[in-house]
Amino acid sequence: MKFIAEINVMPLKALLDPQGKAVSNSMKNIGFQEIENVRIGKHITLEIECMSKETAMEKINEACNKILANPIMEGYEYTIKEA
Amino acid sequence: MKFGVVVFPGSNCDHDTVYTLENILEQEVVEIWHKDDDLQDVDAIVLPGGFSYGDYLRSGAIARFSPIMKQVIEFANRGGLLIGICNGFQILCETGLLPGALLHNNNQKFICKNINIIPDNNDSAVNATLNKDKALKIPIAHAEGRYFAPEEDLSKMRQNGQILFRYCDESGVVSREHNPNGSVENIAGVCNELKNVFGMMPHPERAADDELGNTDGRLILESLIKSFEEKRVSSYN
Repeated sequence: MKFIAEINVMPLKALLDPQGKAVSNSMKNIGFQEIENVRIGKHITLEIECMSKETAMEKINEACNKILANPIMEGYEYTIKEA
Repeated sequence: MKFGVVVFPGSNCDHDTVYTLENILEQEVVEIWHKDDDLQDVDAIVLPGGFSYGDYLRSGAIARFSPIMKQVIEFANRGGLLIGICNGFQILCETGLLPGALLHNNNQKFICKNINIIPDNNDSAVNATLNKDKALKIPIAHAEGRYFAPEEDLSKMRQNGQILFRYCDESGVVSREHNPNGSVENIAGVCNELKNVFGMMPHPERAADDELGNTDGRLILESLIKSFEEKRVSSYN
């Protein structure tokens, strides 16, 4: 079975996200007074061939922990669906 | 002393490192392509600066899985001397051989300039022979150099003398104003618990030639060589 995963990798909340901060500040400057706390991360999509959704999720967790995210500075979450 | 300089696709300080070690410090140097599987009996390995794999995903994240890195990690785990400069430091943090991680500079800019650093102690091969009260002028050139480690790691590192260098002013005073990239506690370089793996963002190899008007970086590399020759710091060979 083929699945498609959509993964979001985000900088940890405790850490300064300079990109997000710069964009937050510019939001105010261009008139979006109601927008704050912009944080910027990465969106990754991938396809994975596995026997079941459970094994696909196991593999994706493994890939996220091994390379796609660095747990010292980032967290991740994902959704998965059949392709 | 025999050095091996690992060349990744996108390394760009490999030749500077080879030149400094070979022509200025008169050591034997071999270049090791990242797909090689032979460390050629070197005494120390340098992971040079640059943009391995274009810094895709995160700096050092892909180079960390280059074929040669298996041997490099085994070499370090056997006590071999391993130093990562700039991108090399980022790669070593990604492998987990060094604690912490390197994040985007807090001003979100690529910074290329001379800064000052001061040795935090004389406990490691790379700072053993340095004057602890004298700042060294060394260039930095990075966009992702903001060192970060969780407090529990930092307190262990402080106790164990694993902080090699801190950013400071010309007279050696460590202050927030002289922290170029937002690194936690002004940290510019660290080592592992066993003190055989070193990482630093400043480029000592770029400050070693008289012709360039700054030779402070040479002192760091000389310290490594002297420590190896006098104390045989590497238990591997």
